[in-house]
Parts: sequence; structure tokens; C-alpha cells
Amino acid sequence: MTTKVLGLLAFVAMLVALYMIFLFAPTEATQGNAQRIFYIHVPLAIVGAYGSAILLFTGCLAFLTTRDFRWDRFAACSAEMGVVFTTAQLLTAIMWAKPIWGAWYTFDSRGTLQLVLLLIFIAYFMLRSYLPDREKRAKLCGVFGLLGMVDVPINYLSIYLFRTQHPQPVVSPGGGGLDPDMEKTFLVSFIAITLFYAYVFVKRLRLAKIEEEVEYLNQVVLANE
Amino acid sequence: MKPITAIVFKDIVIEMRSKESISSMLMFGILVLVIFLFAFESRGLEKGMVGPGELWVAYSFAAILGLNRSLAMEIDNDCLQGLLLAPLGRGELYIGKVASNFAFMMIAELVVLPVFFILNNLNFDRRFFAIAGVSVLGTLGIAAVGTILSTISGNTRMKEVMLPILQIPLTVPVVIAAVEATSQIMNNDTPEISAWLTILAGFSIVYLTVSYLVFEFAVEE
Repeated sequence: MTTKVLGLLAFVAMLVALYMIFLFAPTEATQGNAQRIFYIHVPLAIVGAYGSAILLFTGCLAFLTTRDFRWDRFAACSAEMGVVFTTAQLLTAIMWAKPIWGAWYTFDSRGTLQLVLLLIFIAYFMLRSYLPDREKRAKLCGVFGLLGMVDVPINYLSIYLFRTQHPQPVVSPGGGGLDPDMEKTFLVSFIAITLFYAYVFVKRLRLAKIEEEVEYLNQVVLANE
Repeated sequence: MKPITAIVFKDIVIEMRSKESISSMLMFGILVLVIFLFAFESRGLEKGMVGPGELWVAYSFAAILGLNRSLAMEIDNDCLQGLLLAPLGRGELYIGKVASNFAFMMIAELVVLPVFFILNNLNFDRRFFAIAGVSVLGTLGIAAVGTILSTISGNTRMKEVMLPILQIPLTVPVVIAAVEATSQIMNNDTPEISAWLTILAGFSIVYLTVSYLVFEFAVEE
């Protein structure tokens, strides 16, 4: 029931966000319409990439301390969400970069390290699939997830140390600030993407639980045959 | 301290008898430099621009080779089992392995770095020692994260393939910082080098601490 409500809320919020992004928000003076991708790109980066990283870190740490397999499932699902959302975020980034920078991709430290984060998520998956034993998989993936996510703060710190082409953050403390209408649009879009993320994540967690039950039942059937 | 020196001593003795790890790292490192020499020389690229990247690609790939060797040595014949039964903490075991991996990488680099200088026609002056210093810091970071990752990948079906997949993304901050520091030294333009050295040292400290704490989960049966 709550999942349905969450899904419905996400759907409505998405519609409102789309309306605001394309019709309500003013067109930016220098970048034109290409700037509108910012309303999708930044929430995807914050919720999708960094959010998944925090969830993965939590899942791995909680598994290693409690040895509860629910946390292993939690970590696996958050890594999967990380792969999907970070890929989406990078796609929005290249779409924006082509008209504005004139290149799909340039060496920008923030973009590069986001790519690295994606590679870490994927490496986490490959590691999972190469480990057949459930207990060992959970433990080793827990360790790798933890080590991988320790990389993220170093990643974030490096933004301030690397020379970067990335537009300086406008929404973080010390940023330039937004036009009030743009701010409203950004906020709605941020809420919409957060709701959507939460909805998909809850669904994925349930699916993972069912998958495990099926796997268990399979083994029971095999044992009885 | 004693168990750590015992592990390092054991690894050195094995290495002196088999001569597998260092020789393969050395040869591979030099081969990478030679390949880059051919690839870049024909295009006439400037040495100061491509040199640092070349050096660190050689270092980090050679390190992966050495780490794979060092773990295969423990997994063949179940030597790891023996180490786990020995009266020492898991953290100490980790530090011991990092120390020996680091030592072997340093020995290989002791030859690769002069070869790099010769192939790129650089002078052996103050810069040589400065780059050697950066190499020490960067290699420590690679050894710190590589030792625990090689233990993880050693449990998988495809050990040799898994290690680079796990290690390369995690060592990106090290490689970027080390390449930047090296190129600043090579170009005699070092006002911002301290930030990069801080990243290198910070990365090593963070990974040594975290891996020391979680190493027991990676080796637990």
C-alpha cells in the first residue's frame, strides 16, 4: 500500500516537475534552453550517485557489523541503483556538454570522478557475480563496497583541489545562488527524483528478497530430488 | 612489530629463491615504457606532457602483476591457511603483506625509474630524487589498497582478471595526484605540489587504516 502511494506521489511530482522545467522556469541568459537539463542532472547526481554511495556504504558497514543478510541485499540493491542513476546522470551531462562546451567529454575532474564512481559500482557487481558462495559473497562484497565508498569523500574533496571546467556549484554553501523561480523548479524536480528513487529502491528490495526465496526453494527442490 | 617483520622476512626469502615477483614487475614496467616510447615517439609528442602518465601507467600495471603473484603464492599450497593459524592479528598480517608488496614494488621501480629517465632523455639531477619521492608516496597508496583487493580477488573464480577491475577505479585518485605531482616536477613548476602530495599521503593513510580494520573479513573462512 505504502509503495503504491509512493509510486503515485512520484508520478505526480514528476509531471509537476516536467511542467515547471519546460514551461515555468525562465530561460537562462547565456546557456539558453540547454540549461534546463540542470534540473534533472543535479538531483540525479545528488540523489542517484551520492545517495547510492551513502546507501551502499551503510549497507556494507551494517552487514559487516551485524552479519545480517538483509543488509547485504540492501547493499546490492543500492549498488544497482547507483549504476542506473549514475549512468543517467552522465548521459545528461554529455547531452549538456556538447552544445555548451562543444565537446561530449573533456577532462573535468568532477565528471571524471563520477565516471570512476560508476566504475566502482560496476566492479562491485562483477565481484558479486564471480562469487558463488552466498556467505563469502556477502562478506567480500561488504569489504569492497566499504573500500570503494571511502573513495567518494576523496572524490568530493578533490573538486576543490583539481582545476575544473565544471560549472561551480550554485546550490551548495558558498555557491552563487539561483533565480527564485529556478530555485522553485529545482526544488520540485529534486523532490520528484527523490520520490522516484525511493519508489524504485523499495521495489528492488522486495524483488531481491523474492529472488533469494526462489533460490532457496530451488535448492530445497534439488536436495529432495 | 615482530610478526610483521617475520612476514616481510618470509616473503623476501621466498622472493630471493623464486625471483618471480620482482623480475616480472620489472620486465613488464620496462616493456610498458618501451611501448609508449614507440607509440608517442612516432607522433613527436612532447616528453614533458606524456612522460608522467607513461611512468604511472607502467608503475600501476606492474604493481597489479606483482600483487597477483604475491597472492597466488599464498593461495597455492594453502599457505594463507598457515598464516591465518599463526599467532598474529589479522591487521598485522595485512600490514606485513603491505610492507613486503611495497618493498618489492620499490625494488622494481628502482630500475624502472632510471630507465624512464634514460628513454626520455632527462638529466639525473634534483628532479630525479623528487620524482623518486613521489613514487614512494604513490606506491604506498597502491600497495595499501592493492593488498586487500588482491585478497578479495583471490577468492573469486577469475583471480587475475578480477584484480585490475577492482583496483584501477580505486587507485584513480592516486594516479591523478601522482601524475600531476610528477609533471610539475618535470616541468620545474612546483608551487601547487603540496596539495597533490597531501592527497597522496591522505589516500595512503585512509586506506591503510580502513583496510587494517576490515582485513579480517577479507580472509575469514
